[in-house]
Amino acid sequence: MTRYLLRRIGLAIVTLWILSVIVFFAGQVLPGDPGRAVLGPFASQSAVRQLDHQLGVGRPLVTQYLSWIGGLLHGNMGFSSEYRSPVAPFVVTAIGNSAKLAVLALVIIIPFGIAGGVLAALYTGRGVDRTISLGGLAASTVPEFVSGIVVIIIFGVALKVFPYPTGSLSGLSAPSQLDHLILPVIPLVLVLFGYIARMARAGTIEALESDYARTAILKGLPRSVVIRRHILRNSLLPTITVIATQTGYLIGGLVVVEQLFSYQGIGRLILSAATHKDFAMLEAGVLVIGIVYMVATLIADVLYTLLNPRLRVGVSG
Amino acid sequence: MTDQGAAEESPHGVPAGPGGPSLQKAPRGRPAEPAEPAPRGFPGGRPPGPAEPTLDVANLDVTYRVRGQNRPAIRNVSFQIGNRESYGLVGESGSGKSTVALALTRYLPRNGLVTSGSVSIAGRDVLALSGSALRALRARTVSMVYQEPGRALNPSIRAGRQIAEVFEIAGLDRQTSTDRAEDMLRKVQIPDPGQVMNRYPHQLSGGMAQRVIIAMALAAEPSLLILDEPTTALDATVEAEVLDLVAGLRADMATSVLFISHNLAVIAKMCDRVGVLYAGELVEEGPASVVFDQPSHPYTVGLLRCIPRRGQRKDHGRLDAIPGFQPAPGQDITGCIYADRCALVIDECRTSPPPPFGIGPDHSARCFRHEEAEGLPRSTPADASLPAPPNADDPIVTLRGLSTTYKNAGSELKALSGIDLTIMRGETLGLVGESGSGKTTLARALLGLVVPDPGSVLEFDGSPLPADLRRRPRQLLRAVQIVFQNPDSALNRRHSVRRLISRPLSRLAGLSGSRLAERLADLVRSVRLEQRHLSLRPGQLSGGLKQRVAIARAFGGGPRLVVCDEPTSALDVSVQAAILNLLADLQAKEQVTYLFISHDLGVVRYLSDRIAVLYLGRLMEVGPAETVFAGPHHPYTEALLSAVPSLDGQRRERIRLAGEIPSAATPPSGCVFHTRCPRKLSTGVCETTEPPLAEVEPGHLMSCHIPVEELRRLQETPR
Repeated sequence: MTRYLLRRIGLAIVTLWILSVIVFFAGQVLPGDPGRAVLGPFASQSAVRQLDHQLGVGRPLVTQYLSWIGGLLHGNMGFSSEYRSPVAPFVVTAIGNSAKLAVLALVIIIPFGIAGGVLAALYTGRGVDRTISLGGLAASTVPEFVSGIVVIIIFGVALKVFPYPTGSLSGLSAPSQLDHLILPVIPLVLVLFGYIARMARAGTIEALESDYARTAILKGLPRSVVIRRHILRNSLLPTITVIATQTGYLIGGLVVVEQLFSYQGIGRLILSAATHKDFAMLEAGVLVIGIVYMVATLIADVLYTLLNPRLRVGVSG
Repeated sequence: MTDQGAAEESPHGVPAGPGGPSLQKAPRGRPAEPAEPAPRGFPGGRPPGPAEPTLDVANLDVTYRVRGQNRPAIRNVSFQIGNRESYGLVGESGSGKSTVALALTRYLPRNGLVTSGSVSIAGRDVLALSGSALRALRARTVSMVYQEPGRALNPSIRAGRQIAEVFEIAGLDRQTSTDRAEDMLRKVQIPDPGQVMNRYPHQLSGGMAQRVIIAMALAAEPSLLILDEPTTALDATVEAEVLDLVAGLRADMATSVLFISHNLAVIAKMCDRVGVLYAGELVEEGPASVVFDQPSHPYTVGLLRCIPRRGQRKDHGRLDAIPGFQPAPGQDITGCIYADRCALVIDECRTSPPPPFGIGPDHSARCFRHEEAEGLPRSTPADASLPAPPNADDPIVTLRGLSTTYKNAGSELKALSGIDLTIMRGETLGLVGESGSGKTTLARALLGLVVPDPGSVLEFDGSPLPADLRRRPRQLLRAVQIVFQNPDSALNRRHSVRRLISRPLSRLAGLSGSRLAERLADLVRSVRLEQRHLSLRPGQLSGGLKQRVAIARAFGGGPRLVVCDEPTSALDVSVQAAILNLLADLQAKEQVTYLFISHDLGVVRYLSDRIAVLYLGRLMEVGPAETVFAGPHHPYTEALLSAVPSLDGQRRERIRLAGEIPSAATPPSGCVFHTRCPRKLSTGVCETTEPPLAEVEPGHLMSCHIPVEELRRLQETPR
């Protein structure tokens, strides 16, 4: 178990390193000149060159990469060319905001997704199942920017029941923050509900058809006990993994939703960094998302191992 | 149902024999025989119970609804199991035996429906029970043991909890339930029950898992215990242990048993009475000894003839396979369900379904010609074209010091250890051993799929055989071929039969055009496929036909050695017989050598000239087939032979092997068999020194410290 964990962590580090290389060199091949991007089209060429020199643009790529990665390892994420200040505080605030959104989304999706999936499985082929499966599928095919706009128009603009735009949460009380987050969470829930419900449904159907479910039923156990004790324990294993990996998406992949609701999350930060050629910010942001993905999948794997006796305890007993 | 309707209305001219056409009223076809004979295996003392049977199945019809059509799976089946009686239901795959079990416990899949008939267990009408009454019935009155014990246990709950649940349903508190569960484990003779309580199913071997299931099934002291192929997935020695256990438990529990199996010998060993199912119909029923000794339905007769028995060997003639196929599910049948395959068929069989005719006491068969059934003419000519007896000293394969090691996550597993073996040109060498003995690894090493450890010597036809398949020249690839156990996974299901068989012809034999077509036609004829099969895909063929395609494929390149890895284990008995005949015929025709791997000793004996016995990657015994079977045997071979239930009556004293098969990762010191050997020497030599494989008689090699004369003496003295 410890060996397994160490190996997984080692692999995660290697993956992160590869990601850092890709991010760094991809940033370099983006067209445009950082100095020019900062100073604007009317700055003199010498000023641009001077700033470029300051930013270290002209140096060999490998040197630049090494100094960047060296800084990262010391907690220095670099210097934003757009804001003319260290990158770290921006990234930290943004990731915190994204995490709030993600947590709220998960709190809603997990119980509903699993309950919906299990319910659909228990009534396979019947009305309940059709409704949940088709509804979930339909909801997840609607892109966030469509459902988001509908949500904004109905609840934010027409009914005005929830605040829009979401904006910044700083200085708001917890209930008020929650109030602000309701609208952007809806499109996320719609997208992920179908996915999680589908996983839970598939896992439950498989468990229901298993030989051990037959054993449990023919033992004369009441149906509720069979489901609770014998089915769910096995059927939700894959779903748990899926949820953990989706956490990465919820935190890092919300460019569209955050932009739509003008919410200061990491996705929006990266988008603005990319449009402003703020390489340090872009690289730091992408790398942080990478770390979140890594950690999320790591947690997924560890959870799976912990919940699965076949992996937790070896064969020799 | 239509058939049944016909049965009731058709005015067939048969004298309303026992049971007559009015099946509804006389469920057993033998009306009101006085007092039931006391079941065997019943230790006496108690009177044979009240007249009411524990299980009464009457005129049961079950259909499956598939794509909007009703397909009858069980047709008008009636039988009863008396108090404490053990009843065996035998049949091949598709006969509906598992459907019967599911219908009895009302656990049919959603598309399965009991269309008519009744089931009563311990006096309760199962089909009419409410939800809660049905649960109570399952909890207290009927329990079941399943084919794959490993999968029947919940993988994420400890074994002890799973047994304790049964007591908790009965209302006991948690602690008492746990204690009682441990008692049950003790009852099923699990060593160290306290420890097993805390294990997860994946930490149990197949035999242990099955004991846990049996403990669970018997925990509620049910009136009826249903065993559905309980030992099919287990090794021979483990199977014997489990069967002994069930027989022993039956003696001191008031439980009736329904034993479902495809294995006639197991049924013969375990059951008082037996019913033979064919295509959903109970074609014959009677006391086990009578049905197997004097079968009265042509199907039972045919089935028994398919099994190599009484030391039958290929030079005694072909096995008598049953021609044709079971009727497809849902097929409309007006007359006898077996008419199409029956050599005794008369016009009457085609027009009216035969009722169960009473033959002897408690013995009935649904056959108009039951009196002639035993004289059923052979459907396969007996004359076998035999290959010339193999030359005793002309090896085609020589293995010296063959060892293979699997490395996995830092640990090493020695699958084979220093195997010295020769296979003679033209012979069939049978390779026998339980799972984990290294049979398949040996086959894979010969095929070049596993690279042996350095120092291993493989020779083919006098010259070294490259260990790695990729280094073998084409003529060697052609020369060594394999037939796998499961043709389903061995054949590419997207390819047509023509393509599957043609490929080795073009790739290995280098044929093309008309020469390829000629050879293809020849091969197809040799394996008794028909031209119309060529355009089909494997999914459209039955198991037996698929295996014929796999055999044709193996013979395509003109091999000189064919490794047959359990080629009939996935097949029904009647199909197995045809495949064994085919293999024998092909050997004569193509002059090939076989390495024949099987766990079925009867089959190995039938086909093999010599036999090699493997245990934990080491050869225990090698010798001419008849010598190995006649003895003196290696103690392991002796145990294996005694473990196999036999149909032939001559029951050997079972030799019990202590403990479980050790893991090949940590083999015992000295002789690897010493941990389980019932004849271990007291001198301690077995624990410390590995005995060499030495010639004890001409051509008969054995790896045992006990002198052969001593073994002979020990094995001739009844214990």
